[in-house]
Amino acid sequence: MTAEVAAPARAARPRRTPLRTLTLTELTLFVRERAGLFWGIGFPVVLLIIFGAIPAFRKPVTAADPHVSVLDSYVPILLAFSLAMIALNVVPPVLAGYREKGVLRRMATTPVGPVRVIAAQLIVDAAMTAVTMIVVLVVARVAYGVAFPRQAAGFAVALVLGAVALLGLGLLLAAVVPTGRGANAAGAILFFPMMFFAGLWLPIAAMPSVLRHVSHVTPLGAAVQAMTDAWQGQWPHPLQLVALACYAVAFPVVAARLFRWE
Amino acid sequence: MQAAIEVEHLHKRYAHTVAVRDLSFRVERGEIFGIVGPNGAGKTTTVECIEGLRSPDGGHISVLGLDPGRDRAELREVLGVQLQSADLPDKLRVGEALRLYSSFYSRPADWRDLLEALGLTEKEKTPFSRLSGGQRQRLSIALALVGQPEVVVLDELTTGLDPQARRDTWAIVEDMRARGATVLLVTHFMEEAERLCDRVAVVDAGRIVALDTPAALAAAVDAEQRISFRPATPLDDRLLTDLHEVTGLQRHGETVIVTGTGNVVNAVTSVLATHGIVARQLRVDQANLEDAFVAMMKRNDDDR
Repeated sequence: MTAEVAAPARAARPRRTPLRTLTLTELTLFVRERAGLFWGIGFPVVLLIIFGAIPAFRKPVTAADPHVSVLDSYVPILLAFSLAMIALNVVPPVLAGYREKGVLRRMATTPVGPVRVIAAQLIVDAAMTAVTMIVVLVVARVAYGVAFPRQAAGFAVALVLGAVALLGLGLLLAAVVPTGRGANAAGAILFFPMMFFAGLWLPIAAMPSVLRHVSHVTPLGAAVQAMTDAWQGQWPHPLQLVALACYAVAFPVVAARLFRWE
Repeated sequence: MQAAIEVEHLHKRYAHTVAVRDLSFRVERGEIFGIVGPNGAGKTTTVECIEGLRSPDGGHISVLGLDPGRDRAELREVLGVQLQSADLPDKLRVGEALRLYSSFYSRPADWRDLLEALGLTEKEKTPFSRLSGGQRQRLSIALALVGQPEVVVLDELTTGLDPQARRDTWAIVEDMRARGATVLLVTHFMEEAERLCDRVAVVDAGRIVALDTPAALAAAVDAEQRISFRPATPLDDRLLTDLHEVTGLQRHGETVIVTGTGNVVNAVTSVLATHGIVARQLRVDQANLEDAFVAMMKRNDDDR
């Protein structure tokens, strides 16, 4: 690297870019905190293994479509679960905690500024979501013969939009709730109804029609429905994609507008 | 020569209160400049404007010729800031924090040298949550210095530290100046300002009420001085009470306590010397910066 020649002799090690160092630091902290690792990655995989071991889950959801087992329909839900865990139970307390503890203020006194801390945290969260997705897809495929999504592009669009919408929602909570503890509570309160509409306890297909319509426009419900459609080979319904796209734009934008730096 | 920090007619108000009104001062390069004042005097608001964390409602600030509002990026390269209360993530280790912060600057100090200078080498792998108050403060100073700043702002540097840690921290500040940095120190410990600062601005209710060297500020207070000693041989009180500088004399057992003003110390010691009286356990209490500060605050209160 030519830049090193101009650098003072004392800085012998190559200078890493701040965002990269910040991201690696956030990743280290994410792993050390363990909660995100356990609930966001480990728990969905464990649930998958448990569900897969239950014979009833291997049966078709409906007699009409013998190719889709209950387990198949649960894989998108587990991905949504992972996404929601990280977006609602990791992002808000971590970032609101950074504000409360003065981490963001201290960053504001450096040439790098506080925005890149938030960016680093979101990069780590997105990467963890991607890791979970890969692990869940591979375990489901290898252990239980769950096919990969048949409409791969549609699935990817649904997952990316869902991830941006959810992380944006987490960022919004962090933006407006002043303390780490408060943000933790707010995330937990949102988590359960959102997971309900994602079909964790009652599959979306089995919901009464009113609930199903509501579910289709909630961020997680829309993401699960869109991923499920793509899994079964159809391009996701425009309603869900539009809903997800709206959330994916609105949440981050509003969060950026409302973000309280102190 | 260009000043390190120049503040002219700074004005800052919050919703219902005026925090700083028409405040001006100038910090020369290589100086340790203190801002002292009671809580809520506007000290922190003033330095936050200098740091570019707040924008002033009026006036002009220049740090090494840079405008904290407009030239933020350049300012942050040359200005090191130790904030009044800013923690780090609990599980971030000391060495990691320093390596991270050193990556923010274009010509960082070697963070291992800093660790050593601040006595934190053994704590390199300790997470932030397990550091003592003094260790956190030293880490905070290290983070403020890692960019090799030309100007360092230290806000309530030693609040919450035990006396030993406080003294260690003072040595670090003197070391910063020895390396050529300009230091702006906000404190409410008069002892600290007296010990470290070349000049001190006393701020009250958003205004500077006095600005001078600590010694000059202390001398300006016409406070009584107290001299106490145990005469080795009997002493006639009148020898001292006849002096016009002496305002009072008391005896507590063998101890004689003389109070007076002006040059009383010289007057008393020369009388004792001419009469060949040895003064044992001689103690002189003179006005210090703290007395000066208390007197100024009292005067200011009376004016209001």
